[in-house]
Amino acid sequence: MRYLPKSPADREAMLKAIGARSIDDLFAPIPAEYRLNRDLKVPRQMAESEIVDWFRERSRETADGYTNFLGAGAYYHYRPVIIDSLISRGEFLTAYTPYQPEISQGTLQSIFEFQTMMCELTGMEVANASMYDGSTAAAEAAMMACRVTGRSAVAVARSVHPEYREVLATYAHHQGMPLVTVPFNENARLDLNRLEKSITPDTACVLIQSPNFFGTIEDVGAIADIAHKHGALLVVSIAEAVSLGVVEPPRQADIVAMEAQSFGVPLGFGGPYCGVIATREQYVRQMPGRLVGQTTDRNGKRGFVLTLATREQHIRREKATSNICTNQALIALMANIFMTIYGKVGLRELAKQNLAKAAYAVRQFGKHETVLFSGAPRFNEFVVQTSEDPHAINNRLLEHKIVGGLPLKKFYPELGNAALWCCTEMTTRVAIDAAVASVAEREGSTKSSKEPADVQEVVR
Amino acid sequence: MKPTIRKATQHVNQNEGLIFEKSSPGKAAWKLPPLDVPEVDTGKLLGSSERKDLGHMPEVSEIEIIRHFTRLSTWNYAIDLGMYPLGSCTMKYNPRVNEVVSRLEGLANGHPYQPEKVSQGALRILQTLSECLIDITGMDAITLQPAAGAHGELTGLLMVRAYHQSNGAPRKKILIPDSAHGTNPATAAMVGYAVENLKSNARGMVDVAALASQMNEEVAALMLTNPNTLGVFEQEIHKIADIMHAKGGLLYMDGANMNALVGKVRPGDFGVDLMHLNLHKTFSTPHGGGGPGSGPVAIKKILEPFLPTPVVITKPDGTLGFEYNRPQSVGRVRAFYGNFGMFVRALAYTLANGPDGLRQTTEDAVLNANYIRKGLEGVYDLPYSTPTMHEVVFSDKVQAKKGVKTMDIAKRLIDYGFHPYTTAFPLIVPGALMIEPTESESVEEMDLFIDAMKSIAEEVEEDPQMVLAAPHTTRVSRLDETAAARKPVLRWKPVQ
Repeated sequence: MRYLPKSPADREAMLKAIGARSIDDLFAPIPAEYRLNRDLKVPRQMAESEIVDWFRERSRETADGYTNFLGAGAYYHYRPVIIDSLISRGEFLTAYTPYQPEISQGTLQSIFEFQTMMCELTGMEVANASMYDGSTAAAEAAMMACRVTGRSAVAVARSVHPEYREVLATYAHHQGMPLVTVPFNENARLDLNRLEKSITPDTACVLIQSPNFFGTIEDVGAIADIAHKHGALLVVSIAEAVSLGVVEPPRQADIVAMEAQSFGVPLGFGGPYCGVIATREQYVRQMPGRLVGQTTDRNGKRGFVLTLATREQHIRREKATSNICTNQALIALMANIFMTIYGKVGLRELAKQNLAKAAYAVRQFGKHETVLFSGAPRFNEFVVQTSEDPHAINNRLLEHKIVGGLPLKKFYPELGNAALWCCTEMTTRVAIDAAVASVAEREGSTKSSKEPADVQEVVR
Repeated sequence: MKPTIRKATQHVNQNEGLIFEKSSPGKAAWKLPPLDVPEVDTGKLLGSSERKDLGHMPEVSEIEIIRHFTRLSTWNYAIDLGMYPLGSCTMKYNPRVNEVVSRLEGLANGHPYQPEKVSQGALRILQTLSECLIDITGMDAITLQPAAGAHGELTGLLMVRAYHQSNGAPRKKILIPDSAHGTNPATAAMVGYAVENLKSNARGMVDVAALASQMNEEVAALMLTNPNTLGVFEQEIHKIADIMHAKGGLLYMDGANMNALVGKVRPGDFGVDLMHLNLHKTFSTPHGGGGPGSGPVAIKKILEPFLPTPVVITKPDGTLGFEYNRPQSVGRVRAFYGNFGMFVRALAYTLANGPDGLRQTTEDAVLNANYIRKGLEGVYDLPYSTPTMHEVVFSDKVQAKKGVKTMDIAKRLIDYGFHPYTTAFPLIVPGALMIEPTESESVEEMDLFIDAMKSIAEEVEEDPQMVLAAPHTTRVSRLDETAAARKPVLRWKPVQ
């Protein structure tokens, strides 16, 4: 086996040194009746070339070479090549969690820079070293709000990513954390009246997403005022990190729970991604996840260490703020390099291109179809309503190697034949025009002949 | 430096400030293509939601970024540089073909919501890996969704709870041995269970009599690491399983130490009802400085209705797809399907090994740990003489008499060119030195390690102060962690 650095003679010599007759002696502690006396049912040992071929085949079967208009929590942005050059360095790739700071300063300093940039971008005072992803970060943020306020309930916007809400429900179920879902209005923004009615003296936090699942930017200030008036915290989930280049961050929030996948992390069929929790300084001791802090060594030299570990499971065990241990360090490094590349000016220009592409696509789709929720600002996603079933439209688009928008009926049945489309800087005008033409193909009429979208129907 | 330090020597490395300290307006490492659609008026589109300023985000050029991160990287120790004997962490070689195949276009750029008919390759990877892991563990079904080991524990205990609930009541307690990882009790608390400690016996194993007396109808499950954190196989495992099952409880296995078992024995065969695996330990996906991990949970048939949604199924037409309609499911524990990129790597590792390679890997891992035990026995105190599987735990009892603790020995080991072992864990061994070499170490590397440890033991006798001041060769000396926690500085701020 080519990964094993031993010759048969080495093994013999080692057994002799140990005083064992054969390798079986070393497995003697395992009761004989449980030992496996057959080969595992896994494919035979393959050569490297065979492995590459096998996965190439799988890659070809996975929409290789398609243009896609999907967003919904996973975004296709350009990844500058130096991200992979740098994260492929064995010193980053094959290091463990930096528990020994003297020989982990590279990882520690890069996390410190990551935490700093996340603070700058989110408008928060502290950010952690990463969480699993945006969905678990949102759930952990809600639990953190419960610890901070001593309350137990959560009011969650229905315009938060449906799968994030499912994860929240899973986490909440056994924590005695009642969830109440707050509907959105005709602009896809949180219904403030309903929010006001949903908050009780036991509400620990209001959880929203902005830009929300439909791409609409929420009125964070107004929502914060309502939450704070009732003594609840505001938790804002951000699934599309690139929006922070041009959309005002939720400075009025108490906790920001992010997904940083847009920052240089491949779509990778859904993971690994990079969650982040950022908050105000006063709440740092209730924060889950690892934190890196600056300190000095015995000679007064600047250095970095994992800190405030007394919050964590390996010290506090069942009293920890979370059970999280492994996080997403290498993915956070991707995001860190991405943020460094684009920086202060590039991130804004990148975000503006996203805005422009989506605005163009909205105009083009709008000539033939109904684009919902146009009454509030949006970033790079929008909802198109058609008379034809979006699954049928998508089947037609696939023939042109285009993956169309995400049909929403499964998550929001009241929206009918609606789909969530996304355009990024990677979406060409040619692709947008082709998609619009194909969607319009079977509609056979202009939007004036269709039923207008009844906004009241949208509100739940 | 002492001539006994053979593995390492000092060399120049570069100083490097924080990236913010290199930033100046007008530098850039990015270039966007010309916009092929009309420009937009951001103020008009976004109104008061428009962001005008990105604060102190850096402005630097590409070469500066390359040098910045390359310099930082040289300050890290890594498996690629040498032995990384962190007990319970299984720091094995991370094969490079794994990295190559995970970056193939369709796999790297596949969107989780693209239609199933153009996701067959990704689904096949999920299914093939699932089948391999099910046979390796001897279980009946699996979910790949959890993002890490602790997340797998959470998922597993959610299923335990749902199972008991379906039988009438969720029960109240989880039994956890005193040698367990900290994640176990933290997880039990997240699922709303009380934690009851289970004492180890003199051989470092579960005290079966104590278990029998503590087990009752209030206990939902026992969370057992096997081999445990002493590297000891629980020889009375079947009695343990029987005691749990007789009172309707479940046996959960923390698979952190599965590297000792693959291809030799299957947890499903010795009575385990559910367990998580750490693909970033046993299955060679890189640790990356602390993640990403992946923590699949393999289960027996009785728990299948409770698996998180979705699960991969073969549809009537023979194609693969996701099934969402599972009314008894514990729900979703993560958006999408889990850390897919890690599945690709773990499967590539499995294919590179095959059944014979996996078995040989396990044998070599156990052989290596026993070789180190033999080499250091008598030099360091061995608190439990029970046979060693994949890792060995010594204590600093002898050296502590000179005022030198396990952490000091660990810091001195750095000067010898090694990453330290795991210090001060498991908690049942005061001053523990927990050493897991994995299968990836050659005899030569282990001999260097053994020599280094022996040499340090001599240094402790001759010059304990020198060991207490270690490391002597690193960029920074020991860092003031107390100050870091007392007045946390968690981000850079510009000089006013």
